Amino acid sequence: MLEKKLTVSSSPHLKSPVTTRSIMLDVVIALMPALVASVMIFGVRSLLLTLCCAAACVVFEYLYALLLKKPQTVGDFSAVVTGVLLAFNLPVTLPLWMAIIGCFVAIVIVKQLFGGIGQNFVNPALVGRIVLMISFPAQMTYWVAPGSGADAVSSATPLAVLSGAEGTMPELAELLFGLRGGCLGETCILALLLGGVYLVLRKVISPVIPLCYLGTVAALTALGGAYPLYQLLSGGLVLGAIFMATDYTTSPLTTKGRIVYAVGCGLITCLIRLFGSMTEGVSFSIILMNLVVPYLDKLFPSKPFGGKPKEKREKGAAA
Amino acid sequence: MAKHWKTLLNGIIKENPVLVLALGTCPTLAVTTMAFNGLGMGLAATLVLIGTNTMISLLKNVIPSKVRIPAYITIIAGMVTIVMLLVQGFLPDLNKQLGIFLPLIVVNCIILARAEMFASKNTVLASAFDGLGMGLGFTLALVLMGSIRELIGSGTIFGLTVTKDVIDPMIIFILAPGGFFVFGILIAITNKVLAKRGKTRPETGCAMCPSREFCKNAGQGDCSEANFQ
Repeated sequence: MLEKKLTVSSSPHLKSPVTTRSIMLDVVIALMPALVASVMIFGVRSLLLTLCCAAACVVFEYLYALLLKKPQTVGDFSAVVTGVLLAFNLPVTLPLWMAIIGCFVAIVIVKQLFGGIGQNFVNPALVGRIVLMISFPAQMTYWVAPGSGADAVSSATPLAVLSGAEGTMPELAELLFGLRGGCLGETCILALLLGGVYLVLRKVISPVIPLCYLGTVAALTALGGAYPLYQLLSGGLVLGAIFMATDYTTSPLTTKGRIVYAVGCGLITCLIRLFGSMTEGVSFSIILMNLVVPYLDKLFPSKPFGGKPKEKREKGAAA
Repeated sequence: MAKHWKTLLNGIIKENPVLVLALGTCPTLAVTTMAFNGLGMGLAATLVLIGTNTMISLLKNVIPSKVRIPAYITIIAGMVTIVMLLVQGFLPDLNKQLGIFLPLIVVNCIILARAEMFASKNTVLASAFDGLGMGLGFTLALVLMGSIRELIGSGTIFGLTVTKDVIDPMIIFILAPGGFFVFGILIAITNKVLAKRGKTRPETGCAMCPSREFCKNAGQGDCSEANFQ
């Protein structure tokens, strides 16, 4: 019995108040402004969809650990974060059972089958979204105009308008406040930025990835002759850059690696937006860069705890 | 006869070429978008397997071992040509659906693997039964995968409407990623079931190793050190 109470491990023995649970709670708190904004823009159904996704993710996580007799990890809130992020990437009119399928893919297929939290090789919520996107293209691209609530009036997203669809382009202020068609959590840029600033202040994420990602997109769209400001504020770019690309498991460990990773995300996003047949490429770009993260970590290895800087180590070896 | 019966069952369950040996993965993933295509592909490969296993077993004492692979491939290609012409003549619709994957049966790993591992060492009758068992195992796996993918991806099975009008089909299941999802999950379930019945995966061992002719430890199954001469 005693072995279970004593944890025997090698040094360094660091103690930190930061736990997976506290980090995930911070992320949930940071997502709240965008959720409130979404309820104000799209109506109560966006709250219903978000709650449904979060509950489904928690239930799938609980059942998986129960059925396969694995240690129960449902208490760390990571499933809640996955559920809320997935819901933020769905159109508000999506039938609930489709959203639940997305939760199943995210939690069971992508996260748990690969070993649970910390082992998934791509962002679970994004794969959930992509599977739904490919499976139900009609329902996943049905955008409603803000404020139309249950009597949905379909409207084109700003990105679709930019690439030539029928519709009027919203004003910049409307884009900032999120008064446009789109996924339920991606529209209100101000709320997302508020959440992002909270996460940076709480040191949950480093600002390197979001800044490099957004900067790359701004620079490349300016070079490509598109309106950089519109490109930044449209689509799921801000949501993706702050909350999806910064996922601990699927982003590089060192700052150098993170810069390469974020620039890669920006490059692929711009290639898809400017030259691809799809109007939006944020989810695909993050997934593709997730896949090369192990190689980036090898290229830019992190310094071992207490290790000397590289030159000193080499000198020490020579002496 | 009991021995042949065992050989036959071996191919269907314990050493199922697709789900246990993981051979012939390319046609498995490519043609199983519909149950009917899986059935057609499986039966065509079964015919080829019975023919090539029988012929290679008959010729096993005549073919010099140094040129056996080209000889096997020639026999296999001849058999595939016969089956391909038959399908083109009598089942033009199936031929259109299977497309390039029908002639590509020539390079299906299952067929060369059975020639190399079984037909070249066993009697003609046993080899024919092995071909039939392996072929049926291949067909069974393909029909199973095809049914699952067709049911979820199109809402039909063998073209008959099942859930199409009630639930929107998930298109991803008839695309490549859906094939990998179903394939992975079926292999996991097969492993679980076989492990429960106390059966472990068969060792492919030295018989399948391409370096066995140059390896000191050939036949002992010890690959821990480099034993090449």
